[in-house]
Amino acid sequence: MEHIRTTKVEHVKLLDRFSTSNKSLAGTLYLTATHLLFIDANQRETWILHHHIAAVEKLPLTTSGCPLVIQCKNFRIVHFVVPRERDCHDIYNSLLQLSKAAKYEDLYAFSYNPKQNESEQVKGWQLIDLAEEYKRMGVPNDYWQLSDANRDYKICETYPRELYVPRTASKPIIVGSSKFRSKGRFPVLSYYHKDKKAAICRCSQPLSGFSARCLEDEHMLQAISKANPSNRYMYVMDTRPKLNAMANRAAGKGYENEDNYSNIRFQFVGIENIHVMRSSLQKLLEVSGTKGLSVNDFLSGLENSGWLRHIKAVLDAAVFLVKAVAVESASVLVHCSDGWDRTSQVCSLGALLLDSYYRTIKGFMVLIEKDWISFGHKFSDRCCQLDGDPKEISPVFTQFLECVWNLTEQFPQAFEYNEAFLLQIHEHVHSCQFGNFLGNCQKEREELKLKEKTYSLWPFLLDEQKKYQNPLYKPSFSPNLTLLEPNTVSFNFKFWRNMYHQFDRSMHPRQSVYDLIMDMSEQNKQLEEDIKQLEAKIKQKRGRSDAVLVKEHQQSAHPAPVMLKTPPFFKKDQPLIPLNDAVLIFAFAQWCLTRLQREVSVPCQLLSALHLLYQLDSDFPLKNILYKLVLYHTSETNITDNIGKRYQFVIV
Amino acid sequence: MSCSRFLGSVGTIIIKCKDLRIIQLDIPGMEECLNIASSIEALSTLDSVTLMYPFFYRPMFEIVEDGWSAFLPEKEFEVLSSVTDEWRLSYINKDFSICPSYPPVVIVPRSIDDETLQKVAVYRHGGRFPVLSYYHKKNGMVMMRSSQPLTGTNGRRCKEDEKLVNATLRPGKRGYIIDTRSLNAAQQARAKGGGFEQEVYYPQWRRIHRCIERFNILQESLIKLVEACNDQSHNMDRWLSKLEASNWMTYIKEILTAACLAAQCIDREGASVLVHGTEGTDSTLQVTSLAQIILDPDCRTIQGFESLLVREWLQAGHPFQQRCAQSAYSNSKQKFEAPVFLLFLDCVWQILHQFPCSFEFNEHFLVTLFEHAYASQFGTFLGNNENERSKLKLQQKTMSLWSWVNQPEELKNFQNPLFEANSLVIWPSVAPQSLQLWEGVFLRWNRPSRFLDEAEEEMRRIIDYNRFLLDKVKD
Repeated sequence: MEHIRTTKVEHVKLLDRFSTSNKSLAGTLYLTATHLLFIDANQRETWILHHHIAAVEKLPLTTSGCPLVIQCKNFRIVHFVVPRERDCHDIYNSLLQLSKAAKYEDLYAFSYNPKQNESEQVKGWQLIDLAEEYKRMGVPNDYWQLSDANRDYKICETYPRELYVPRTASKPIIVGSSKFRSKGRFPVLSYYHKDKKAAICRCSQPLSGFSARCLEDEHMLQAISKANPSNRYMYVMDTRPKLNAMANRAAGKGYENEDNYSNIRFQFVGIENIHVMRSSLQKLLEVSGTKGLSVNDFLSGLENSGWLRHIKAVLDAAVFLVKAVAVESASVLVHCSDGWDRTSQVCSLGALLLDSYYRTIKGFMVLIEKDWISFGHKFSDRCCQLDGDPKEISPVFTQFLECVWNLTEQFPQAFEYNEAFLLQIHEHVHSCQFGNFLGNCQKEREELKLKEKTYSLWPFLLDEQKKYQNPLYKPSFSPNLTLLEPNTVSFNFKFWRNMYHQFDRSMHPRQSVYDLIMDMSEQNKQLEEDIKQLEAKIKQKRGRSDAVLVKEHQQSAHPAPVMLKTPPFFKKDQPLIPLNDAVLIFAFAQWCLTRLQREVSVPCQLLSALHLLYQLDSDFPLKNILYKLVLYHTSETNITDNIGKRYQFVIV
Repeated sequence: MSCSRFLGSVGTIIIKCKDLRIIQLDIPGMEECLNIASSIEALSTLDSVTLMYPFFYRPMFEIVEDGWSAFLPEKEFEVLSSVTDEWRLSYINKDFSICPSYPPVVIVPRSIDDETLQKVAVYRHGGRFPVLSYYHKKNGMVMMRSSQPLTGTNGRRCKEDEKLVNATLRPGKRGYIIDTRSLNAAQQARAKGGGFEQEVYYPQWRRIHRCIERFNILQESLIKLVEACNDQSHNMDRWLSKLEASNWMTYIKEILTAACLAAQCIDREGASVLVHGTEGTDSTLQVTSLAQIILDPDCRTIQGFESLLVREWLQAGHPFQQRCAQSAYSNSKQKFEAPVFLLFLDCVWQILHQFPCSFEFNEHFLVTLFEHAYASQFGTFLGNNENERSKLKLQQKTMSLWSWVNQPEELKNFQNPLFEANSLVIWPSVAPQSLQLWEGVFLRWNRPSRFLDEAEEEMRRIIDYNRFLLDKVKD
């Protein structure tokens, strides 16, 4: 709080980022301990979490005030004009301080209180259980066992405590191998393919230099290949470009010499390093943020940024990996330099292509917990959670999500989750609101006591999983261990507009097929329910006259029947809506209600509006109107206020 | 269809179709292969229109409604005359003598007599005097189209033309002339006898230039784009640079921008608009028809869209036979070939993509129209204008595409299950990030679409089930 000098500035303008005529909204800017809040004249709120802020920039003073540009890690860019330079300066300084925490304890997660009690908090953290996950994969088994070598983080600080290794890999082999691997990250199991008995293992680069070798490490690899009864040889995938790997030899690191390891097939797959990726994204954002961009500048900018080339490289690597596993039943060892960036991308995408469990909502959480969080992808450094080395920042995880998005585009029915789920995870990887992604490795997380002091993201996502469900998902599309074989021809990779222009509404399709289908399948469930109830009632009341029957069902089948009888708008001399339509309306209204989670007054208003319409024109298609009312409402809060307006839309 | 052959032990024929599909046939026996190849070659490059398929095609379905008479100008005019009496039908061109590329009947301001029209026609390129293209019921503003005025180097004027153009303005109102050429190109046109309206003589009008490319530049763009899409070996950089080099998406953006501008002038500024380029048969029609799709919900229905095509493309004299002769794989340079209509359909698809619930038709409808414009068993797209069509006696000798499309069981395939009539003006985004390659045409034969098709089916199923449940609840 000590950083906040000004908490409220009035008459601030929010400029439209892409408008060539400098359209703007006037409003008030508030600064809180955790958020920057802008409320415009229409009472619309824009919340920006301080941790989401990647950069704040003060532009030269103009006649209308002092421009302040805020770039966020979730790709929101806001452009304010503050009337007084002093205010602008104060906010600028406060944001600089607030957006860069010096220590973990200052992060939002440590103050965020979602009103859960302690047992809920504990249960939340237990939701994802990796031991359970390895069991699901089929380990431990005859070939693989849990090793206690790293129980106290003695062998490798950045690995989790529990690691799975081949049964034949003895402790001395593990210790020896880890000494020969960068940061001690020796080969361990990442995914086990039950049917093929093949394993995906991961590690860091060997410290081979130009000629060094290590017998234990060679034994380790042999143990891995022997743990696979279906194939003698194994693949070793170095996910770096060959040139980079060779350059590493000069620093005493490098890659496996095929002559020293028996039965390995060595392969480079050429994914660039974190620095290349960082500047690639930078270039991409520069292009996509240009005002009045021409098509050719966009396409050449997209090409020059190399972004889609990198995405394709990552997915190509994963495809190579799964072909080895699924087609040749071979085990694969994946590494890059330290084995926490490219290795995480390739292993997790490989598993996603091999195992349909990871294409479910829960399974995807497990996948992220396993290959990213537990194996020590440095979320803190890569997402710049603390004020640190800018050279450590890199969109490695964002690329992973983008690869998954590309797969969901190619296989619309294979995934239980939708794009919103991926976007939401991306949001929280940077928000520091939940404990999951804080820190760089498990050891650090334990030291921070995150499980006591913060909350886990996953139960919150599960609670609202309706929002993240893909309405077209077909579990039978890919039973258990069916391989997804994506087409990685260049034209399949598209610019992810909904990620990089998430907040630039003007660029999006004005109507979303996806949302509509989602609503419909939601509504279908509700209707099925209603029909069941109605049918049950019909059975019960059989015998009475039809007219009475319908009316009574109506009233008893739904929780708030009073409104239908005497809504305030319905004057006595006005004819009531015929009952059949009333039932229809009511089903809709009720559906609206469940969607909007508003008080009972909403359907009442809806009914009144509809009733009026109905009187204007009795042929008016009621179904359409109701639909429209719901389609046109822009945010949940203003349906009541705007009901008049919406309704004008409809009858124009 | 164009066709080439490679010789080997087995004869191979590669057939490159106008719908961008490429088929390879391996035929045992060299002689047979050569025979087939030369037959295909000959049959796919017929000289005479009357030898084409539509003249031999006998439909296997019963005609419910004759498509040839489904969209008569008189019927369309009835609708207009019910809202305003400022316009009239003119039969001045009934024998195609005033303007060979206009239909026999056109709509002009009531206050302008045929004698004046005759004089204006002389002053406009190809006799294409300004006629009504669209009447915006909401505010009574209109869109007119014509060809360029023949001002020449010495700035010739024509009082009758000024009178006609001004007759479309309400008292005290201004109008916009949207010239689909760059200012430079318009100025250069004067040397060839063409030109543009000068401010001095048309003081109530503001001229805006929006450059839309034409002819061989568009054709080359299509050829490059299709080449890029057909090569699966391209790495990412090469694909993107090829896509860029084709300029196709740039042209899409240009056309949509010009159409939005026209629509904006009419709906937002409350001004009338006159659109023309040089001949007024290509870019002009792209702009006027797209503006109507943006402004007029009727044009977003199947019937309405068909009517739009008839009015703004067929009757308005877009030379389909010249423009849609060979498609993307032509070997020989066709002087008049240009994918003007395909670009229009692509633009419609872009809008459909952004407003997926506002159109009664689906993507399949647009793809079908693309196919039929280039090769069809129906006579609808034959000929270059109504004059040629009447000489070919297409109405008597061939079947109309609309007779087939508008049968209830065919119509089903073209209907968009998400359609909910939307009476609003729909403004598409023309930002490059919002525009997409039309995969349904350009990648159609290059990628497996099974999963996408199945997803679409599932979507239909959910929608149908929704309707079913709603009906059930209603009962």
